[in-house]
Amino acid sequence: MRKFLQPILAVVFGLALGLGFTRIAGESPWHVLQILGKSAFGSSYDLGMTLFYSTPLIFTGLAVAVPLQAGLFNIGAEGQLTLGALAAASVGALWPGLPWPLAPAFATMAAILAGTVWGAIPGWLRARRGSHEVINTIMLNFIAAGLASYVTLYLLKNPDTQNPETRPIGPGYHLLQFGFFNGAPVSMALPLAVVTAALVSILLWRTVLGYELRAVGQNESAARAAGIDTGRMRIIAMCLAGGLAGLVGVGEVLGNAGKFRLGFSPEYGFIGIAVALLGRNQPGGVVAAALLFGALHKGTSDLDLETEHVTRELSLVLQALIILSVSAEGLWSWMKKRSEA
Amino acid sequence: MTGELVASTLRVSTPLIFAALGGMFSERSGVINIALEGLMLIGSFAAAVGTLLTHSPWVGSIFGMAAGVLLAAVYALFVIRLRANQIVAGTAINMLAMGLTPFFCKILYDVTGSTPSIPIGERFHSAPLYLGWALVAVCVVWMKYTPTGLWVSFAGEHPKALDAAGIRVNRVRWAAVLVSGALAGMGGASLSIFLSSSFSRDMTAGRGFMALAALIFGKWKPLPTALACLLFGFADAVQIRLQGVAVWGDHPIPVQFIQILPYLATVLVLAGFVGHSRPPKAIGTSFRKG
Repeated sequence: MRKFLQPILAVVFGLALGLGFTRIAGESPWHVLQILGKSAFGSSYDLGMTLFYSTPLIFTGLAVAVPLQAGLFNIGAEGQLTLGALAAASVGALWPGLPWPLAPAFATMAAILAGTVWGAIPGWLRARRGSHEVINTIMLNFIAAGLASYVTLYLLKNPDTQNPETRPIGPGYHLLQFGFFNGAPVSMALPLAVVTAALVSILLWRTVLGYELRAVGQNESAARAAGIDTGRMRIIAMCLAGGLAGLVGVGEVLGNAGKFRLGFSPEYGFIGIAVALLGRNQPGGVVAAALLFGALHKGTSDLDLETEHVTRELSLVLQALIILSVSAEGLWSWMKKRSEA
Repeated sequence: MTGELVASTLRVSTPLIFAALGGMFSERSGVINIALEGLMLIGSFAAAVGTLLTHSPWVGSIFGMAAGVLLAAVYALFVIRLRANQIVAGTAINMLAMGLTPFFCKILYDVTGSTPSIPIGERFHSAPLYLGWALVAVCVVWMKYTPTGLWVSFAGEHPKALDAAGIRVNRVRWAAVLVSGALAGMGGASLSIFLSSSFSRDMTAGRGFMALAALIFGKWKPLPTALACLLFGFADAVQIRLQGVAVWGDHPIPVQFIQILPYLATVLVLAGFVGHSRPPKAIGTSFRKG
């Protein structure tokens, strides 16, 4: 029970504090909460947009959770997903004639591969050179952004527009979108994300590889004593993370935009950290947390119109406060002590 | 052209120097400071607000530093008192700053993009540049020759020994994190009221992380860190100059390749390909009395 109680309390606490902030802006927190709820779930289109935002968050949440199970902090999902999306769009722009289903399969492989490579670099650097993955992944985010900007503006520029985006992908690449959501771009990427989460769960708890990954995360020296190649496990964990983050490109490029747009991600990679933490690094928890953060993102998007002074950036404040609440170890152990006393 | 490049390097490295020195206090005391980015951002916003209110960049920078201290106090509360994971809480602080700045900007000026522009006579001309280097000198002496400087180092290297000597480790860490907030806030201030004419959204653009990289590059020592900031500032200045300049044939060097150089350099340095850099021993761990 405590397993669920702590994240739920953290969400309630973070939301309450964040909504309290809207008082400063002269809004009633209750009114803001109503807008959030209506905007996230009010119509089938709104619900669709919530699911659309949740999809990449499932992938990035997993991309943070898997390495955390192995004791590594992946701040690099943003760079990994950028290159994943870029790879999918490049394949689609360079070979526009490929037929369905070969085309999306090919582009998906490219997205996974690009993300994997970008994850492998900090994994290898940590395992073999001992340099910390946190700084390396942050640096690689900037490098990925530079590379993506170069490819987009110099190599694959869409000649028909001023927008910084690549040429459109071929018609065979587009994923099926569900009609139920009145035009919200909910594509096959959503079921793909849920299935991926299930597969990650099986990998982590039902395979030898998963056992070894978790062993490295729980007690490195014990894992090494048991004959596990900890360096290799670290590299594998970061490769998996990169591949998972790369899959964001499938939903964005094949399921939505049909091209790579510079800056398409509203920091999905960073929000993924919050998703993984709130989901306690469990795939099921990640899916649930991704839905919550997707709803927050969609919910706050209408604040600019619906209120006088509260802006959509409130979502960042709410997310930050929720992460802080989850992360406060001391608070939780204090509460535990109180309830036991 | 060379003189111009030197001047421009010195100017653009100023915010980095303040932030990196701030990061130095916190990290040398054992607290990782991923939050530098957010501390700078809130500082740049508050400094612009303060300058617009009082028409003095000096008062403005005090606003910036105060905002940095305030946000750093939230960070310290979570990582020191509540023993939150430092990287997680740091990321959250960055998000908080990214969310709070447009939130307050909208309340004060009814726009989320940027503050009104500050007239040139009310902005800094070159004071932060000199202040930054004076601060480098102060830090060199402070860390090496004063008791408080030694406490900071011991809190990060051998917290148990410091505790045994009767100094409260967590109190030293609190102070170090608050100082880092003030300095990062000043770094942010030098972005909004020295290098540009207003606060604009997300104007730090990764400079907090770059300062962190400079800190590692400089092996957590004040002078080498400041020199690393100069190097990053140079890359930035070159990048501004080289935009659109043809270098071989008719092709300009894509600016993206120049922009990523500092980040690439950091990765290579960390990997030990270019010198070696060792973090304080107790960095990232919370201290609980025995």
